[in-house]
This record gives sequence, C-alpha cells and structure tokens, in this order.
Amino acid sequence: MRVFNVLSRAVVSSIQTIQSYTLLSVRAVANIFSRPVYWREIVLQMDRIGVGSLTIVALTGFFTGAVMAIQSEGALRRYGAVGMTGQLVALTVIRELGPVLSALMLAGRIGAGIASELGSMVVSEQINAMRALGTDPIRRLVTPRILAMVLMLPVLTIVCDAIGMVGGWIIAVYKLLISSNQYWSDALNALQFSDLVGTLVKPVVFGFIIAMTGCYVGLSTTGGTEGVGRSTTRAVVSASIMVIVADFFLNNLLIYFAPLMNR
Amino acid sequence: MIEFRAVDKSFNDETVLRQVSFRIRPGETKIIVGASGSGKSTILKLILGLIRPESGQILIEGRDITALGEEEMVSVRRQIGMVFQEGALFDSLSVRENVGYRFFEEGTMEEAEIEQEVLRLLGFVGLAEAIDKMPAELSGGMKRRVGIARALAGSPRVVLYDEPTAGLDPITKRTIVELMIKLRDLEGVTSVFVTHDLQAATTIASEFATVDGEGRVRFSREKAPRRLLNINFILLENGRICFEGNHQQLMDCEIPYVRRFVD
Ligand SMILES: Nc1ncnc2c1ncn2[C@@H]1O[C@H](COP(=O)(O)OP(=O)(O)O)[C@@H](O)[C@H]1O
Ligand SMILES: [Mg+2]
Repeated sequence: MRVFNVLSRAVVSSIQTIQSYTLLSVRAVANIFSRPVYWREIVLQMDRIGVGSLTIVALTGFFTGAVMAIQSEGALRRYGAVGMTGQLVALTVIRELGPVLSALMLAGRIGAGIASELGSMVVSEQINAMRALGTDPIRRLVTPRILAMVLMLPVLTIVCDAIGMVGGWIIAVYKLLISSNQYWSDALNALQFSDLVGTLVKPVVFGFIIAMTGCYVGLSTTGGTEGVGRSTTRAVVSASIMVIVADFFLNNLLIYFAPLMNR
Repeated sequence: MIEFRAVDKSFNDETVLRQVSFRIRPGETKIIVGASGSGKSTILKLILGLIRPESGQILIEGRDITALGEEEMVSVRRQIGMVFQEGALFDSLSVRENVGYRFFEEGTMEEAEIEQEVLRLLGFVGLAEAIDKMPAELSGGMKRRVGIARALAGSPRVVLYDEPTAGLDPITKRTIVELMIKLRDLEGVTSVFVTHDLQAATTIASEFATVDGEGRVRFSREKAPRRLLNINFILLENGRICFEGNHQQLMDCEIPYVRRFVD
C-alpha cells in the first residue's frame, strides 16, 4: 500500500510538472503575438546569449572538427579512403555534433544563468513585486529569453559548424596531407539539403528547450538561496537530457523526411 | 475597503490561514502582529491577489477578487502599493527605474514627467541623491526606503507593509516608522502593517504627525487618543485570529497567548 502511495504521488507530481511546463510554454509563446512586447529585453538577451557564447561555441566547434579529422584517419585508412576526411567531418559535425554540442554548451551557460537569475528573483520576491506592479513576469522575463534563445542558437550552431569544418581542414591539410581543394569539395558534395535543414531546425528546438527549462525551473524555485543553487543544477541536467532525447526524435524525423527534401 | 470573509489558505496540505475574517475601513491602519510563520505575509499576498485562497471571499471595494484573472487584477493592484520584506527591489534596474517602474510600464507619461515624479517620491523618503545607484549599492535601510518610494508611485490609496522595520538599527527603524506615520496622517493612506516588532507597532499606534506653521512635520504622542481611533490590531496565532481591537484593548487583553506576545 505504501509503495502504491509513493508511486501514485510520483505519477501525479510528474503529470503536474508536465502540465505546468506546457502551460508556461503556451503562455510564453502566445505573448509574442500580443502587446506589449519587451523589445529592449529581447535585444539585451540576444546580446547576452549570442555575443556572450561566441567564444565557447567557436572553441567547441574548432576542436570537435579537428578531433573528427584525426579520428577519421584510423577509420578511413583501413579502406584506403583517407581522402574522404572532408565528407566525414562535414557529416558528423554538421548533422550531429555542431547542433548538439552547441546546445549542451548553452544548456550549461545560458540554462544555468536563466534558472539562477529567475530563481533569485523568486526567492527575493522580485517576481511578486513585478506582479504587484502590474507586469506579467512571463511576458517580461520568459518570452524574451525564449525568443532570444530560439533566434541565437541557430546562428551559434552555424558558427560552430563552420569553425568545426575549419578545424577539420587544418588537420586534413597539415597532418593527413590532403589537398585543400579535395577536402572542401568532398565536404560540400557530401552535404544534402536535409542536412542544412537539420542543422537549423535542431537548434531552434534545442534553444526552446534550454530557455524554457531554465525559466520553468527558475520560476518554480523554493527554499531560499539554497534553492537557487538546486534549481541551477536541475536546469542544466534536465535541459541537457531533454536536448539529447529531442535530438534522437529529430534525427528520426529528419531521416523520414530526407527523401522528400533532397529531391 | 478591504474585507476577508472566512478565508482558508493552505500550501501543500499545510493549512496556513483558518477562517480568517476582518475588515479594513478606508483611512484605517491595521496592524497585523504574530510570530514568524503565523501567516502574516500570506494575508498581504492574498490582498494583492498574488495567491488564491482555497475557500472564502476577499472583497476589495466590494468586489470579490478571488475569482478575478491576472489581467483583471491589474486594475485592483494599481490602487495598492506593497512594501515587500527586504524591499524586493529589481536588482537589474537602477533606483530611478525601480521607483518609476509603474510609470515606465504604463507608458502614459513623458520621460521628464517620470523623472520629476521619481525625484518627488525619493525626496519623500529622503533618498533623492541615490537616484542613479543600483540596488546592490544600497544599505538595508535604504533598500526599504526605496521600496516604500516605489510602492507610493501612482499614489495608491492603500499601502501594505511587510515587516518594513525587521533587521534594522533603531535609528533607521525610527525613520521608517515616521514615514509610515506621515503617510497615514498627512496623506490619509489606508495601511496594513505586518510585523512582529511590537515596539514599532506601539509607536505607530501612539504617535501622530502634524505640520507646523513653517511647514515642518512634527511627531507627537497623543494623550487623549481620539485621533488614533482608526488604528487597530490583529494578532495571529498559527493562522487564526486570536485577538482584534485597538491598542488599549491589546494591552488589557487577558488571553494567555496575547499576554505572552505583549509582555
Ligand atoms: N509559497 C509557499 N509555499 C509553501 N509554503 C509557504 C509558502 N508561503 C508561505 N508558506 C508557509 O506558510 C506559513 C506562513 O507563512 P508567512 O505568511 O510567510 O508567515 P509570516 O509572514 O507570518 O512569517 C509558513 O509556515 C510558510 O512556511
Ligand atoms: Mg512574512
């Protein structure tokens, strides 16, 4: 009986969580289409997310591309296909690693930042003060963060992809002694339209997940300053896991629709 | 007028307020005292509609607010100023933007007009020189005073104070109590003062402010307490009202819990 009680409580509370997460998402998105829209806040957040994350995303991209090129040597040499390094780097970085690693880096940097910022606003009653002064905190705080994230993560992912290709190119030319020309033409030939769609659609979804999770976890903070720390960790862990799970489903969808897109 | 009718409120199965009923007349000062966790802040949050009761009615100007949505609450909240525990200033905004928050949000006033009004409000709490500071640069007492200035923006007819003197030195405490007396006696503001600081409560219940011939504000002790008839106490014990009456009645009350609290 006790086990049943514990289980049913867990089920009820996770259903409630999903329900309020969805409700918050719906309200945050609906606010985009009605006034007032906090443009200044949106631009501020875009600057913070976009410009602020450029370095870490670039570094991540560069070394991932380089590592893929180094790893490709061992794998491809067996088939005498070292010349195809460009293709391997392009497919792994642009299809998978660029979007996912950029998202994971931002889940750490931005997801945590949002959760701790909103969390401390909750525990210091700034959220209540905002409502008391007639502002909808979802409109002022959540919507701009989601919009900024959904707009900036694709841009950052493209940067990550591009620099990743450059990282691979440096290894290909100086270590694997492939000609520049071969590397780039091979890479470009390997890419299909669906890969470009994927590298843009994924970060839109991931960006939404990261910002939404940061906001949701931040706004549901309880238990004072200590609670803010807990929320920050929880936001990063949940967002990262959700990104990876979403990636799995997006890949399936993209593979399903690829034949339609690549005609 | 504010009226509670048999209000029950609980958080996660824990009952915080039980069958709370009281009235606050226009111009009245209601002092709500009680130990920590007795539900004082909860009453203020209910008045502002920040949380909803499980049962009972809360009437503001004759209108039951328990059924109102967040948008409809905006007009109710416009008439109420709230001074939060610790001030709850917006960390990311300057003192100017904090105090003028309501005006900036409503967007109906000119920039210069707002500036003038913010300076007037800051002058009232004696902090005009802090206008360009950020909240992090202010002392605890200054934060409370800025919080009071922000609550007074838009000239609300009701001001709610949540432990405005808690944790302050005696001199700063006195400054804040004098501000509250001035608002009550010179501006005719209805106030709800939540505190466990019985000394501050006693000062408010026994002193009044007048303006002398030279326009200076004087504070005096009332000997024949006719002027102070409009000041009433509520004592909360674990979410239940255990005493209601004026200062003299509080001092004379024989209920053991009241005696323990007062002595
Ligand atoms: N948002 C909340 N969630 C859960 N419990 C709460 C919440 N707000 C207040 N409580 C609980 O309600 C009780 C009364 O709180 P409060 O009204 O803040 O007391 P007071 O202001 O008199 O110190 C406390 O036991 C507190 O733990
Ligand atoms: Mg309190």
